[in-house]
Amino acid sequence: MKARVIVTLKDGILDPQGKAIEGALKSLGIEGIDSVRQGKIFEMELAADDRTTAAGLLRSACEKLLANQIIENFQVEFL
Amino acid sequence: MGNNRQRMNTTIVLFPGSNRERDAIRAIEKTTGKKPSIVWHGETALPAGTGLVLLPGGFSYGDYLRCGAIAARAPIMDAVRAHATRGGLVLGICNGFQILVESGLLPGVLMRNANLRFVCRMQHLTVERADTAFTSHYRPGQVIKVAIAHGEGNYSADAETIKRLEGGGRVAFRYCDSRGGRNGDANPNGSINDIAGIYSENFRVLGLMPHPENLIDPLVGGIDGRGLFESLACN
Repeated sequence: MKARVIVTLKDGILDPQGKAIEGALKSLGIEGIDSVRQGKIFEMELAADDRTTAAGLLRSACEKLLANQIIENFQVEFL
Repeated sequence: MGNNRQRMNTTIVLFPGSNRERDAIRAIEKTTGKKPSIVWHGETALPAGTGLVLLPGGFSYGDYLRCGAIAARAPIMDAVRAHATRGGLVLGICNGFQILVESGLLPGVLMRNANLRFVCRMQHLTVERADTAFTSHYRPGQVIKVAIAHGEGNYSADAETIKRLEGGGRVAFRYCDSRGGRNGDANPNGSINDIAGIYSENFRVLGLMPHPENLIDPLVGGIDGRGLFESLACN
């Protein structure tokens, strides 16, 4: 089973990398992008073949390692 | 106090990518008079009689995922946690501080420097209190000059945690200028309240971003870092 985990910064957390990317886009002449916040994607191949087991596993992976829950949120998508 | 110098046993934990252990070894040897033990992150026990666990600077696991994130989950960290629970001393310098916050031994988070630059320079700090195992050889409010070298030293925590840290006197060091003044430029990374280092609740775990271990020899241009290690040597 394939899954994708998306880790993003919580609202209100300073994202200087996002801001730097915003500035770079503008300086390339790409107008109309008002804000950018940068996140991470993890693409996983799981041995489990039922979604409930997989969801539990991925939640555990996120809570224990992939996301720092002080400043990051996570979302799980099944592909 | 003189005889105590022989008793402090230090264990330095090495992770793949640690690179400041030799400076830490030199600082410990010069002040405690004892060679520290070196333990690989994959071990599950600290040497018997360990008094101080030191997590050195560097780029453990290449800073992959988040700085210190993977190192914080290394096998040895359960033993470090147990040592801290028993009241043992733990010192995390730079990447070591990052590992301590990721492992939950200290609260908060260390984020990317607000100006996005890796800052490598001399830095003044105020020693907020001189009554801990780490700072007894300093004076309270003393301004010291040490080195910093980091890209992710921006200390942050929620309002509740900051209130608890400040209220409990758990801020160990703050960034300042040469006169102890706190203004924008004196803070290299945007950390809240100019926090450069913090203590655990029992004041036996210290994490700091600066490198006192590099300022122990007059040849380098300053010895303000000695005080921290001399304080520790008396434990």
